[in-house]
Amino acid sequence: MDEKNVRFLFMGYTAAWLIVMIFVIMLVRRGQKISAELMRLRALVENRDQN
Amino acid sequence: MRDKVILTLGVLGTLLMAWNLNTISNLPNDALQGYIFRIIFIHVPAAITAQVFYTVALGCCIMFLLRKNFFWDSLAVASIEVGTMLVLVNLVTGSIWGRNQWGVWWAWDLRMTSQLMCFLLYLGYLLLRPAIAEPTQRATMSSIVGIFAYADIPLVDMAIRMPGVRTQHPQPVLETGTLAPIYRGPFGIGIIVLLLIGTALILLRLNQEHAKREIDSLRRQLHAA
Repeated sequence: MDEKNVRFLFMGYTAAWLIVMIFVIMLVRRGQKISAELMRLRALVENRDQN
Repeated sequence: MRDKVILTLGVLGTLLMAWNLNTISNLPNDALQGYIFRIIFIHVPAAITAQVFYTVALGCCIMFLLRKNFFWDSLAVASIEVGTMLVLVNLVTGSIWGRNQWGVWWAWDLRMTSQLMCFLLYLGYLLLRPAIAEPTQRATMSSIVGIFAYADIPLVDMAIRMPGVRTQHPQPVLETGTLAPIYRGPFGIGIIVLLLIGTALILLRLNQEHAKREIDSLRRQLHAA
């Protein structure tokens, strides 16, 4: 029973921190995409203003 | 400045979590449930923290409708995203705990069903946003949905307190005094850990929303040319 208990506890904590980690990774990736798009648009606006 | 705050909160939360995990592993086993009882230190704090963030989001939704300031919309979506992630943590850990103690992964009782409804309602909020292109319309519709979704929170709270309602889920451990004093410290620190990490994630998400608004503005400039 104790061994089964430990296995379920391990499953619970692993699942919880996996969800948090996946969320953080998604957040960072989205941040990188947003930054790249922002740089691209700023460059376009600058080019347009110079021309 | 905000980046430093995010980093400080994240590091503080992670260190406190590591310390708390060490404390939790050294606690004596629960007399009835044994080792598995330690799952309470992530399961309940996740639900409490999610409700705090949803309450912040409710305030932000109301503020946006009153003031039409996009800062409130950004803070609402950031809080709801992090809150929904925490509700998922609560549902998954609860399901694993239930399988161990009750022999089933899921029971359609009032507490669990209302929490699932909460998750689905806020998921609806998050799925609605990309479907509306115009920023003011998107923020207005999202705020209305955000306020509507919050109506489920009192039901989640009351589900295990209402007289005459039989649920598989236990009564609230703090109010009924069934949580032994030795467990209360790590339980409280579990809440602080998730509040710190959650706030760091909300601030990070808030930065992204500001950048997205700048993207919208630059696109409008380019289209106007």
